[in-house]
Amino acid sequence: MFPPFPNPPTTPTQARFGEGDLIRRSASSVTPPAQRQTEVAKLIDVSKCIGCKACQSACLEWNDLHEEVGVNVGVYDNPLDLTPASLTVMRFTEWVNPESQNLEWLIRKDGCMHCEDPGCLKACPAPGAIVQYSNGIVDFVHENCIGCGYCVKGCPFNIPRISKVDEKAYKCTLCSDRVAVGQGPACAKACPTQAIVFGTKEQMKSHADGRIKDLKSRGFANAGLYDPPGVGGTHVMYVLHHADKPEIYAGLPNNPRISPLVDLWKGVSRYAGFAAIGAFAVFSVLHSVVAGRSKVSEEDETNAKRLADHEGSNGSQERAST
Amino acid sequence: MTNSWTDIKNTDLVVVMGGNAAEAHPCGFKWVTEAKASRGAKLIVVDPRFTRTASVADFYAPIRQGSDIAFLLGVINYCIQNDKVQWEYTKAFTNAAYIVKEGFAYQDGLFTGYDESKRDYNRSTWDYEIGPDGYAVVDETLAHPRCVWNLLKQHVAIYTPELVERICGTPKDKFLTVARMISECASPTKTMTSMYALGWTQHSKGSQNIRAMAMLQLILGNIGVRGGGMNALRGHSNIQGLTDIGLMSNLIPGYLTIPTEREPTFDSYMSTRGFKPLRPDQMSYWQNYRKFFVSFQKAMWGDAATAANGFAYDWLPKLDVPAYDVLRAFELMHTGKMNGYFCQGFNPLLSFPNRRKITAALSKLKFLVVMDPLQTETARFWQNHGAHNDVDTASIQTEVIELPATCFAEDEGSLTNSGRWLQWHWAGGTPPGEAKHDAWIMAQIHLRLKELYRKEGGPVPEPILNLEWRYKDPDEPTPEELAKELNGYATDDITDPNDPTKVVLAKGKQVVSFAALRDDGKTASGCWIYSGCFNEAGNNMARRDTSDPDDTGAFLKWSWAWPVNRRILYNRASADVSGKPWDQSRKLLEWDGTKWTGYDVPDIAPNAKPEVVGPFIMNPEGVSRLFTRGMMRDGPFPAHYEPFESPVVNVVAPKVRGNPVARVFRNDMEQFGDAKEFPYAATSYRLTEHFHFWTKHSHVNAVLQPEFFVEISEELAKEKGIKRGGTVRVWSKRGSVTAKAVVTKRIKPLICDGKTVHIIGIPLHWGFMGAARKGFGPNSLTPYVGDANIETPEYKAFLVDIEPIAGPVA
Amino acid sequence: MNMELSRRGFLAGAGAGLAGTTLGAFGFGDVEAAHAAAIRPFKLANTAETRNTCTYCSVACGIILYSKGDLKKGEKAEIVHIEGDTDHPTNRGTLCPKGAGLLDMVHAETRTLYPQVRKAGSDKFERISWDAALDRIARLMKDDRDRNIIEKNGDGVTVNRWTTTGFLAASATTNETAWATYKVVRSAGMVVFDNQARV
Repeated sequence: MFPPFPNPPTTPTQARFGEGDLIRRSASSVTPPAQRQTEVAKLIDVSKCIGCKACQSACLEWNDLHEEVGVNVGVYDNPLDLTPASLTVMRFTEWVNPESQNLEWLIRKDGCMHCEDPGCLKACPAPGAIVQYSNGIVDFVHENCIGCGYCVKGCPFNIPRISKVDEKAYKCTLCSDRVAVGQGPACAKACPTQAIVFGTKEQMKSHADGRIKDLKSRGFANAGLYDPPGVGGTHVMYVLHHADKPEIYAGLPNNPRISPLVDLWKGVSRYAGFAAIGAFAVFSVLHSVVAGRSKVSEEDETNAKRLADHEGSNGSQERAST
Repeated sequence: MTNSWTDIKNTDLVVVMGGNAAEAHPCGFKWVTEAKASRGAKLIVVDPRFTRTASVADFYAPIRQGSDIAFLLGVINYCIQNDKVQWEYTKAFTNAAYIVKEGFAYQDGLFTGYDESKRDYNRSTWDYEIGPDGYAVVDETLAHPRCVWNLLKQHVAIYTPELVERICGTPKDKFLTVARMISECASPTKTMTSMYALGWTQHSKGSQNIRAMAMLQLILGNIGVRGGGMNALRGHSNIQGLTDIGLMSNLIPGYLTIPTEREPTFDSYMSTRGFKPLRPDQMSYWQNYRKFFVSFQKAMWGDAATAANGFAYDWLPKLDVPAYDVLRAFELMHTGKMNGYFCQGFNPLLSFPNRRKITAALSKLKFLVVMDPLQTETARFWQNHGAHNDVDTASIQTEVIELPATCFAEDEGSLTNSGRWLQWHWAGGTPPGEAKHDAWIMAQIHLRLKELYRKEGGPVPEPILNLEWRYKDPDEPTPEELAKELNGYATDDITDPNDPTKVVLAKGKQVVSFAALRDDGKTASGCWIYSGCFNEAGNNMARRDTSDPDDTGAFLKWSWAWPVNRRILYNRASADVSGKPWDQSRKLLEWDGTKWTGYDVPDIAPNAKPEVVGPFIMNPEGVSRLFTRGMMRDGPFPAHYEPFESPVVNVVAPKVRGNPVARVFRNDMEQFGDAKEFPYAATSYRLTEHFHFWTKHSHVNAVLQPEFFVEISEELAKEKGIKRGGTVRVWSKRGSVTAKAVVTKRIKPLICDGKTVHIIGIPLHWGFMGAARKGFGPNSLTPYVGDANIETPEYKAFLVDIEPIAGPVA
Repeated sequence: MNMELSRRGFLAGAGAGLAGTTLGAFGFGDVEAAHAAAIRPFKLANTAETRNTCTYCSVACGIILYSKGDLKKGEKAEIVHIEGDTDHPTNRGTLCPKGAGLLDMVHAETRTLYPQVRKAGSDKFERISWDAALDRIARLMKDDRDRNIIEKNGDGVTVNRWTTTGFLAASATTNETAWATYKVVRSAGMVVFDNQARV
C-alpha cells in the first residue's frame, strides 16, 4: 500500500510554497527562485482505476464547486465533459482488444496535466492569470483572468473551461491549498484503490515502475508511463496498460505539444508589446488562428473589432491607469 | 464476512461472483487491488454484465443471472474430477465422512420427501445415520456409498462443462479457465476469497447459491484461513448489527430464535435447543443456549423475569408461521389484515417487489409512521407525482406521520461492519430543525404507550409495564447505557463456586464476555455475541490502536469484533489436524503443545487439543457441513433451479418451476410472466455513484449519475431499434417504467440451451424525491417471491419486454 | 493600479495583455504580485474534528467531520467538510463517491426537519409538534393492540402476539438504537418485525 498522507491539520499552517516559488507567470516575467522546490506529481494508474468517480465527488466537495444535475445521454460519463465546476471527469471507453478480442473497459480520469511546459500559461495574454510554481503546479489566478479562452487553445489536452457566470477560466489546481500544507490533492486522498497517488515526481516514477512491472507480468506487454516529453513532461502522469496507444483512452494525445502558434504569439507579445497599437493588429490575426472560434463568440469578435476600430488604444490606457 | 476487509490483502485469488465489490464497496475493494499489486493475486469476475469490478479483473466470464448454482457445482465437479481437493482439510474438517440415512435420494430436481401440495419437504431422511452410542456414524475411508462425499460426488457429476454452458451461457473455455484457476487453490499454500452480495442472495434459491460456494471453499480448504473465507459484503452500514441484534420477526439478539406456539413453556422451548454433540468431545457451543436466552430475558425484563415465571417466557410473542418477513407483512397489509406500520430509516415503496402491490397495501393501512432523516417516497406514497407516482390521493385513507430523525453525523454509537467490527462514532453536528435521535423517539413511544396502559389498563400490559428501563434519563437512554446493556452485567453478586464468600463479580458490574453469562438469572445481556464490547475495561468499540503485529491485517486493538474480538471465524482451521499452520507464511494460529497461540483470538477453547476437538465449534459435529441435514428447506445440497421467471426451462428438471419450496402467495403466482410474453432476462443492481435511495438526496451524487437508465447490448439495441441515449419503455407482468437507454458492449447476449438470451440491466437508485431526476426503480417490475429459506426477494432474475418510445422521460 | 480586466475589455482594445506585458517588461511585476493569491487559504484551519463512520455501506470507512463550532464543548456545530480518516485501518483515508459526498447528504435540501401529519384523504402534510405526534402514535398503537393482540391461540396456548401493527427497522442506525428499538417493539408483542437485511 502506498503510504497515505496523515490527516489534514486543523490549526493554521504556514504554506510551504507561494509567490516566491513562481517560475512562470503568464504575460509577464518573473525572477525564478534560486532553488527549485522538489517537483510534485500525481500518478493516475488507469489499470487500478475502478471508475467510481470518488475523485469527482471529492473534487467538487473540497473545492466547494456546484455542478448542475445533468442528464443521461446513454453513457456512464457524468458530467459528460469538464466544466468550470467539474475540474475532473472520468472518461469511459469500451475497447475491444484486437489481439485478444476481449473487451477492455478503459476508464481515464481526465483533468489538468500540470505540464512542465504549460501551453495554457504560454498562450495566456493576461498578466499573472496563470502561474507555475517551482514544484510544478500550474495554477489559475482568477483575479487576473480575463476569460479570453486562449488557455483552452493553448492547452494540448483541452482542459480549461470558461465559466458563463464570471467569464473566467477554471481547471484543476492540483489542490494547491492542500499541497501547500503538506497534503495530497483531494482526489488522491479519496481514491479507494489508490489508482491516484501523489508525491514527488521521482517517487511517482518509481512507483509507476513497480506498477508497470506488475502489468507486464499479467500480459500487458506495452504497459508504460505517460509523461509526454512534448510538453516537458507532466506533473500528472498516467500508468497505461497500452502505453503505445494513449489515444484509445478517450483520445489522450499520443504526442502532445504546444501549438507553435502559441510560441509565435508569445514572441510577438514579449517584444512587440511596447508598440501596443502595432501589436494589436498582429494579435488580432493570431487570435483568430490560435483561439479559433472556441470560447470567443462571433459576437464578441465583431464587437471587439468595432470597439477597436472606433476607440483605438485609448481603452487600454484608461484601464491600465485606473 | 468470515474474514475482514483488511484480511483480503492476504489472498491469492479473489472471486467476485454474486456481487460487484468495486462498485458497491469501493473502499473495501482496495484490499483486492492491494492483494493484486503486492502479492500478485488474481481477480476473477463472473457476472451477467462486464462491471467496473470486471474492468480491473484478470479474467471475466459471463453468466446468465440465476444460474450460479449450476456454475458452482460445475466447479466442484471439476475439482473432484481433477483431484483438486484439499484432502486433509476435507476429511478432517468437513462432514465428508459422515454416513447419511438410508432412503435419502435426489431425482428429477427433487430430494426425497417432496409434497407438492404443501410446496415443502418431509426432511426426515436428510440426516446422518446415528450409531448405538448416540453419535453420527462416519467412515473415514470415504468408501461407504452413502457417506457425504460420495453423495456429493454423485450429486455434482451431471454438472459437466457442457451442461454449465448450456444452463449458464458461459462459453465452455471460459468456464474451464475459471475452474482451473479456482482449483489451484486446493493447495494448502494457496487461498481464495469469495466476495459476494445481493447478486447471490436476491434469488428464490439465494441461500443455496451461497452454500454452493461455501462447499467449494471447504473442499479447497479455504475457510478459517487468512485471505480465504466466505465474505458476504453487507449492503448497509449497520445491517450486520441490526441482524445480530435480531430485529427480525423470528429472532432474539445473537441468533437465538423467537419461540413458536408449539413451544408453550420455557421447558418445551429449551427441549429442542440442547445441541448435544454429534461426535465425541466436541464443543457444540450452542449447548450454552440457555445462558444466553435467560440473560436476554433479564436484559428485557430485569427483576420481573424470575426463575418462577420461566424468566418471563410468556411475555415473548409466539409465532404461528415461520416468519413475518416483509413479503408476508405486505401480503397481510394487501389483504387488509394490518392497520399500522412503522418505517424507521427504510423506504419500502422503492425497496420491496411489485410496487403496485406495495402502494395498494400501504393504502389499506389506518396509519403509517415514518422516522427518517430524509423525505422518503414511502412517507409520500399518497402524493401524486405524475407518471412517477400516479395515485388517487383523495381515495387514500391512511394517516401518515413523518418524524424527523438525526443522521449519522449527529448521532453517537456503534455500527457493526461487514467484518463484524463494532466501531464507535461520535456526533459532530447539531441536528437540523427539530430532528431527534431514534433512541429518543423509541423511548418516547414506549413511555407514552406505557403511560396509557398504566392509566387505562388493557390486555397483556405486563411486558410493556415491566420492560427494563432504568436509564438515568428515561426520556433519552444514552448510547453508552444501551451498549452496556448489550454487553451484559451482573444482576446480583456472583460468587466463586468453590468459595461462596468470595464475590467474583459484584452486582451491577459489567461481565467480561459471554463466558461469564449464567442461566440462573444472575446476569443480564441484551445480545450475547456482543458481550465483551463494553466491559469493565471500558468501551472496547471505541479503541483506536492501529498496531498490527507482522502486518497480518488483524488489527486486534482497533474497535472490537464479535465474537470476543475474533477477526477470522473458524480460525482454528488455519492449522492442520496436528495444529501446525497449513501455510507458515500465512500463520494465524498454532498449537504450541499446550495451547493455541497466534495472531487472532482462537475460535476454540484455548487448551482444546487439536486432534480431539474439531474446529467448527458451533456445530454439534465439530466439523463443517457439505451436507446440511434438514437445516435448509430446499435441500441438503444445492441443486440448479431456474428463477420463477426464466427465459429457458430448467434443463435438469423440466417440470420444476422456480425453487420448488419457495413460498408463493395466492395471487402472486398468476403475476409471474413467461418467456413468450416477456422475452428478456432482467436483473437489478446498484451503481457505484449511488447508495440505494439515499444519495439521490445528495447533490453531488445526483450530479455523478443524474438519471434513471437501463443497460442493453448493442445486439438487442439493433434488434429493437433502440438508440444510445434514447428513451425506452420496459415492462413486466407487474408494471412498466420508462428510462434512458445505455447501449453497451459490456452486456452480450448469451446462448443458453441453444437459445439467444438478451439481458437487460436495471439499476435501482431513482425515485420521486431528492436532488436527482425523477425516475423509476426495478421494484416496479420485480416478482413477489423470496428465497425459500429467508425470503429475500428475487430481484436479480426476472422477465421483461422493452421497446423504444419517444423521449424525453418526463 | 488595478489590473482587473474584463474579457470584453481585453478584446476591445489593443489588449491589456500587451499592456501587462509591457508593464512586466518595465518591472512593474510587484504590483500585480499582490493580486496573485492563487493558493486558497486552507479551509480546515480552526475547525473542530469529530471521528465518525460513513453511513452507507458495510465497509464502514472511518471519516472525520470538520465543523465550525464544537459539539463536545457544548457549542452549536455546523459541519463544513467531511473527509476520510487516514488512521482507519480499512479505508486509510480513502472514500468512495458516496462517502466523499457525505456533506451533501448531511445538508440535503430534502432532510426532514419537523414532525408532520397527513390526515386521511388529505393532499398535504401539516406540521405538528413532537408531543402531538407522539401522543397520537401511542394512541393509535394502543387502540390497535387492545383490539387485536392475540393472547391465546385456538389450543389455549399463551401466544401474546400482535400482528396488526408492524415495524420495519433501519439499516444505518446504531446498535444502541437497534437495541432500544428491539426492546420497545418486542415488549409490545409485535411480530411483524423486520429490517433491511435483504434489500
